[in-house]
Amino acid sequence: MTREEILLDFTSRFNEDILDFEDKSNTRVYVRIKPGAIVRAGTYLFRNIGARFNTATGIDVPPDMEILYHFTVEDINLLISLKVTLDREKPEIESLAKDIEAFNWIEREMSELLGITFVGHPDPRRLLLADSWPEGVCPLRQDYEEWDESADRTRGV
Amino acid sequence: MGKTVIPIGPYHPLQEEPEFFTLTVEGETVVDIDVRMGYNHRGIEKLSEQKTFENSTFVVERICGICSTSHPFAYTRAVEDIFPMEVSMRSKYIRTIVAEGERIHSHLLWLGLAGHFLGYNTVYMWAWKLREEILDVMEIISGNRQAYAMFKPGGVRRDINAEDIPICFKKIDSILPTLDMLKKAVLDDPVLHARLKGVGVMSYQEAIDFSALGPTSRASGVARDVRKDSPYGAYQEMEWNMIVTKNGDVFDKAVVRILEMFESAKIMKYCLNNIPDGEIDAKILDVPPGEGIGHIEAPRGETFHYVRSDGTNRPIRHKVRAPTFMNLPTYKATVKGQTISDATIILAAIDPCYCCTERIAVKDNKGRMLYDGNDLVQLSRSKTEKMKKRMGGR
Repeated sequence: MTREEILLDFTSRFNEDILDFEDKSNTRVYVRIKPGAIVRAGTYLFRNIGARFNTATGIDVPPDMEILYHFTVEDINLLISLKVTLDREKPEIESLAKDIEAFNWIEREMSELLGITFVGHPDPRRLLLADSWPEGVCPLRQDYEEWDESADRTRGV
Repeated sequence: MGKTVIPIGPYHPLQEEPEFFTLTVEGETVVDIDVRMGYNHRGIEKLSEQKTFENSTFVVERICGICSTSHPFAYTRAVEDIFPMEVSMRSKYIRTIVAEGERIHSHLLWLGLAGHFLGYNTVYMWAWKLREEILDVMEIISGNRQAYAMFKPGGVRRDINAEDIPICFKKIDSILPTLDMLKKAVLDDPVLHARLKGVGVMSYQEAIDFSALGPTSRASGVARDVRKDSPYGAYQEMEWNMIVTKNGDVFDKAVVRILEMFESAKIMKYCLNNIPDGEIDAKILDVPPGEGIGHIEAPRGETFHYVRSDGTNRPIRHKVRAPTFMNLPTYKATVKGQTISDATIILAAIDPCYCCTERIAVKDNKGRMLYDGNDLVQLSRSKTEKMKKRMGGR
């Protein structure tokens, strides 16, 4: 399939879930979709289109919390990023790792660094933070404050 | 039979990312494996939000000591993707030369260590001796053996002198016969065939499901390489082959890496011969608001960077994903069902910047030490020795 056919197929299939579509350049497309559709859309890209899952980026942009799921369709050299916006007070989204192994680690990482809950994740343990790190302190959030008074971490440039 | 838990890790000076593996074994067979990471989590993504766009290049360069070019390369491409803009052809050639030089020295480093763990110290000596030659080339080009500091958003920081080009060319040419000898020594060795074939197999479907990258996926027949799929730098300018094999075992991962070094040498030589004249720096003054993605093929697979700018001189979000993040979870598919003496080389086969074999200790369920790291390396070597004897060699 060509680039146009794949994008047309995807947009018509998820027409009701797509909130915004940005065709940024030949190789980059950003699609904002409803959080409830992420599992269907992500699985469709991965299984049916045959896209490779690059990674996901969680961003804390008050008053929202955003996740970008990056997929590469290698045959047509296109990077599709699915964007979802979550409620910052209680960020919660369904897990894609239930079916696809590739999502496992990155969802664990986002859940500890940004405090996003992935519903139905098969292995919701910590990935990067130390065991001594307090529960509920998310270092990549904008309102993160140093919690360890003994730590000497010089900030700024 | 009772189950025994084997801890591997977490620290080893050869690794740039300490990892802690827990192997559960029944007798000799590994029945379960788990990993704990984060011993060296330095918060670089957070740090980068406090640096200017230009300064972040040097921060990400320090993520990895071995592939110190791939992170700045992906990062600068991400920043250039925000507008989007194209850098000059000359700087694309210089970037390609540096990236391929790094691939050769990284693959040689892996090959040497793999030989060392299998009890083939000759391979180790030869590979690391050759690696010195490539590091010399990198020193001529950049002034450094590691951490080249060549990249900046919009181009490169240093030009290549015309008089240095023949010297680099000659040096690359001079390693090719030895590399060829090394290739034959490894690929035609019947003991290595017996030792590595069919060990730690990852199937095509597993490589897809884990979204495995680089040589780890190409050894399982998945033809994916960012250099071919979404060309960047100067890779479209010349003919070169993507190395893909079918079996997915440790042997095939070695084959892919060895053959790739010849392709890299070919690319470097073409670039040195055909480098065009021109500016090396586009002099980016302001980064407008927006978001950009940069991904490149590092020695271990795709390195991925995402940068979002709000129009100030600092990124508000900088996401870094190194290839090992996707490749390491494949241990779930490759290690289970194998023996302990093979576990070290299987974990090492994805080139995880290196699995800390010397820190392995086998304890029984009362906590008594049965084997330590040296014993396990010995175990791996003695298996090779036994195979040699059985096959009538010395």
